[in-house]
Amino acid sequence: MNEALLQVENLKKYYPIKGGKFGKVSETVRAVDGVSFSVREGETLGIVGESGCGKSTTGRMIMRLIEPTEGKIIFQNRNIMELSKREMRKARKDIQMIFQDPFASLNPRHTVGHIIEEPMIVHRMGDKKERQKRVEELLELVGLNAYHARRYPHQFSGGQRQRIGIARALAVRPKVIIADEPVSALDVSVQSQVLNLLKDLQKQFHLTYIFIAHDLSVVRHISDRVGVMYLGKIVELSECEALYNHPQHPYTKALLSAVPVPDPDVKTDRIILQGDVPSPAHPPAGCAFHDRCPAAMDICSKEMPMLKTLEDGRKISCHLY
Amino acid sequence: MNDTLLKVSGLRTSFFTDDGEIPAVNGIDFTVHEGEILGLVGESGCGKSVTSLSIMGLLPSPPGKIVGGHIFYKDEDISHAKESRMRQLRGNDIAMIFQEPMTSLNPVFTIGDQLKEAIRLHSHLSKKELEERSIELLKQVGLPRAKELLKEYPHELSGGMRQRVMIAMAMSCNPKVLIADEPTTALDVTIQAQILDLMVKLNKETHTAIIMITHDLGVVAQMCHRVAVMYSGKIVEEGTVKEIFNRPQHPYTKGLIESIPDLHDKKDSLYTIKGSVPKPGSITRGCLFAPRCEFVMDKCLEQTPELLGEEHKSRCFLHQG
Amino acid sequence: MFYYSIKRLLMLIPVLLGMTLIVFAIIHAIPGNPALTILGTKATPEAIHSLNRSLGLDNPWYIQYFSYLKDILSGDLGTSIQTHTPIASEIWPHLAATIELSFIAMIIAVFVGINAGIISAWKQNTVLDYTAMILALIGVSMPVFWLGLLEQWGFSIKLQWLPSIGRDDIRNSVDPITNLYLLDTLLQGRFDQFWMVLRHLILPSIALATIPTAIIARMTRSSMLEVLKSDYIRTAKAKGQKMVWIVYKYALKNAFIPILTVIGLQTGLLLGGAILTETIFGWPGVGLYIYNAIQYRDYPVIQSGILVIAFIFVMVNFVVDLLYGLFDPRIKYR
Repeated sequence: MNEALLQVENLKKYYPIKGGKFGKVSETVRAVDGVSFSVREGETLGIVGESGCGKSTTGRMIMRLIEPTEGKIIFQNRNIMELSKREMRKARKDIQMIFQDPFASLNPRHTVGHIIEEPMIVHRMGDKKERQKRVEELLELVGLNAYHARRYPHQFSGGQRQRIGIARALAVRPKVIIADEPVSALDVSVQSQVLNLLKDLQKQFHLTYIFIAHDLSVVRHISDRVGVMYLGKIVELSECEALYNHPQHPYTKALLSAVPVPDPDVKTDRIILQGDVPSPAHPPAGCAFHDRCPAAMDICSKEMPMLKTLEDGRKISCHLY
Repeated sequence: MNDTLLKVSGLRTSFFTDDGEIPAVNGIDFTVHEGEILGLVGESGCGKSVTSLSIMGLLPSPPGKIVGGHIFYKDEDISHAKESRMRQLRGNDIAMIFQEPMTSLNPVFTIGDQLKEAIRLHSHLSKKELEERSIELLKQVGLPRAKELLKEYPHELSGGMRQRVMIAMAMSCNPKVLIADEPTTALDVTIQAQILDLMVKLNKETHTAIIMITHDLGVVAQMCHRVAVMYSGKIVEEGTVKEIFNRPQHPYTKGLIESIPDLHDKKDSLYTIKGSVPKPGSITRGCLFAPRCEFVMDKCLEQTPELLGEEHKSRCFLHQG
Repeated sequence: MFYYSIKRLLMLIPVLLGMTLIVFAIIHAIPGNPALTILGTKATPEAIHSLNRSLGLDNPWYIQYFSYLKDILSGDLGTSIQTHTPIASEIWPHLAATIELSFIAMIIAVFVGINAGIISAWKQNTVLDYTAMILALIGVSMPVFWLGLLEQWGFSIKLQWLPSIGRDDIRNSVDPITNLYLLDTLLQGRFDQFWMVLRHLILPSIALATIPTAIIARMTRSSMLEVLKSDYIRTAKAKGQKMVWIVYKYALKNAFIPILTVIGLQTGLLLGGAILTETIFGWPGVGLYIYNAIQYRDYPVIQSGILVIAFIFVMVNFVVDLLYGLFDPRIKYR
C-alpha cells in the first residue's frame, strides 16, 4: 500500500505585522513557508523541529483550524482547501487532533463521558444509548474504566487526561490523527505508557498519524518517516532509520548531536550551534540556516536551496547535495 | 578528604494546606563536595524542587515549612538560620538559577540593572568597576555585544540568552554552590546543548559545585558526576553516574532508564512503569514504590526500606538481603 | 513614542467633538426658551422673536451647532445669564479651587492607598491585611456627605482644630494671582496664609480622598499579590536582596500599570465629581459653580461647565496613556 492518503503541497502561512508609522503593514512573519509532504495510509509521519519552526502551525492548518495563506491539502483525492464549511465539518470527522496540554484541552465543567461523546453528537452518530456504549468501549480501549465516564477532568492525572484526549479523538473513527506534542507535558514513566498506547491503537485500527514533537527520541520511536523543520521549511525528510543513522542536512546533524544521551559511556561529539534561531520575520537571505551552519558556503547566503530528492528517496534542501 | 560543602541530613519539608500536612520532602540525605556536579533527578512531584528551595530558604511560607532535619553549609546549620544570615549566603555562597528564563528576569528593569544589583549586594565596587565586572560576566557566559546588552530589557532577548544572563547573575559573586533547577527544560535542544556546555565549562573553570535538578536522564548522564534519584519525597538510589546507569539497583531507576525511547536503537514497544506517581502522603506503610514495582515482595508492603550502601546506595529490599 | 502621542492626540478630536455635540444636544432637549428666560414671562411675541433672531436661535440646529463650535474654538464659552460676565474668565477661579482640592486629595489617596495596598499584599492573610481591607471596604461604601458632616462635627465644632468652610478666612483673604492659593501665598511669601489655606484644605480633601484611597488600595493589593508570586521576585530573593527593597522597588514598578489606570480615572472623577464635597464645605469650585447655575437655570454656564470638566477628564486619561510606557518598557507605542 503506497497510496498517499494525505498530501500537502506548498503550504504557507504568513502573518502580517502592523507597525511603523500609523499602522501600515511593516513586515510579514513567515510561520510556514512552503511545506510539502505526503502521508501514506497506515504510516506515522513525524515532524520535528525547535520552537517557532512552524510544525504546530502546519498541523493546525491541515485541520484548517488555522486558515492557510496558500497551498493545497489533498485528502482522499479532494482538496480540503476548496471545501465549503459544511463539507469541511464532514472532513474533520476523518481527521482528528490530539493536543499537547492535557490540562487545558479538556473542558473542566463537562464529565469525561460528555467530552468523549461530544464529537459523536456533532457528527450525528448513533442514538444516545449507542453513543454511551461507545464511550465505555473507548475508555477501556485507552486503558481507563467505564465508570470514569461520570468523573470530571480534574480528577485525573496528566497521563490519564491524555488518554481521555485520545479517546475523544478516536470517538468518530477517524482515518488520520494529528498529534501535536502529545507527550511533552508528561513525565518519562507516563510518556512511555502513552506512546505504547498510540502504537497499539495504530495497529488495531489502521490509523495514520502525523506526529508533531520537539523530542527527537520520541519521534524516532513512533515514526516511519520523519521531516525536520527549520524556520517554516522542511530541510530534510526521509525514512526514519536513514534519517537518524545517517543524517545528511547539517541542521539535522546538529540537532541529533545536541540530544543528551542517557548513557554516560556514550560521549557524542556534539556540534554546538552558535546563536539562536532567527526570527521568522527576518529570515536570513538564501538558506535560512546558513548563518549557523558549520558547512556554509558562499552560495548558501545567496540562493535558497530547493527541496531535492536523493537516490535513497530522501528529500533534502541543502546546497551540499 | 573533608571537602564537603553542603550536607543535607534527614530533611523533611511539608506543606500545610486545608487538606492537612503534605510531606513534599520526606527525610532525605545527601552531600555535595567541592567542585562536583550532583544530579538530583526525578519526576514531577518527587520533591526535587522543594529540596532546592529548602536549601535556599526560599520556601513559600506559609504553607511550606521545614519540619525536620538539618542543612549544613560548611559547618553551619542553615535549616533554621535567620533571614539576615540567609541573605548574606544567597547569591554570595549559594546561588540559584531557575527553569523559566522567560519569567525569571524582571521585565521592567534592564539587564544591567539586574546584573549590577546582584554584584552590589555582596561587594563594594565603584560604578566603573561594576560596569566592567558586568561586561566581563556577560562575556564569560558567551554573550555577544555585552556592553549594549546591559541597556536592554529582558523581552528583547531570546530564551537561551536570558538563561545565560541568569547564569551570569548567579556566578557574579563566585558562589561555592550553584543550584540549577531544570535550567534547560524550557529551552530547545540546540540551545540546551549550549547552556549545558557553558555550565560544564564554568564548573571546570571556577570550581563551583553544581546541584543539577532535572527530570532528564540524558542531561544527568552527560554532565553529572554523581546522581541521586528521588521518588515521592525520598531518595531511592544514589551513586556515581556510571554506577547508576550501568548497574541500577532500584526498580524505579531501572524503569526510568528503560522507558526512555532510544535515539539510536528502535524498539517495538517501550518499557513502562505501570500506574502513576502516588500523591505525597497517600502511602504510609511499606516501600513507596511497592504499588508500581514489578518485583514487589510481601516484605515491601509491610516495612519501609532504608537507603543503604557505601558508594552506591539504594532503598530496596532486593539488594539488602 | 512621538508618533504615538500625535496619533493619540488626533484620536482625541472625534472624542472632543462628540462631547460638544452631546452637551449641545442635552441643552437643546431641555424644555424652556432662553429668550423667555431672559425677557421674562411678560415679553411680547415680537420681542421674543427679535431676540431669538439676534441670538441666532431661529437658525436650523446644525448652523447653531457650528456657530457654537466656532465660539468654543475661539475661546468663547458664552456669557452667564446670571452675572452677564464671560464664562471663560469667570470659570477659572472656580476651576483653580477644584484643581487645588483634587490635587491634595489625590496625593493623600495615592500615598495612603498604595502603601495600604502594598502592606496588605506583603502581609497577606494577617491582621494587618484584614484591617486594611476592611477599612478600604468602609471607605468605598461610606457616603461622602455623611463623612464630611462627621468631620465638621468632630474637628471643627467639637475640637475646634480646623476650619470647616471655604478656602480662606474672610478677614485674612488671599490675593489671587493664579487662583491656586497654595501657590499664590508662596509666591507672595505669605507663609502664615499658606498655613491657613492648608488648614482649610485638610477636611474637604480627606473627605474627597476616601473613595479613591480605598479603590487604589484594593487595586494595589490585587496587582501586588500577582507580582509577588512571580518568578523574578524569587530571583531577586535568590540574589540575597532585602524584602522591603524587593517590594518597593521591584514589585511596585511591575504592579503599577493597573494602579495608574485607576489613579487616572479617579483623578478625572474628582475634578468633576466634587459637587457634594464642595457643597458641604462651601468650597467655591466648579462643582459648586455648576450647582448654583443649575438653580438659576443659567444654561450657558451649565453647558460650558460640563464641557470643561469633560475636557479635563479626557486629557487626564490621555496623559495616563502616555505614562504607561514609563513603567513598562514592553509597551511599544505604535
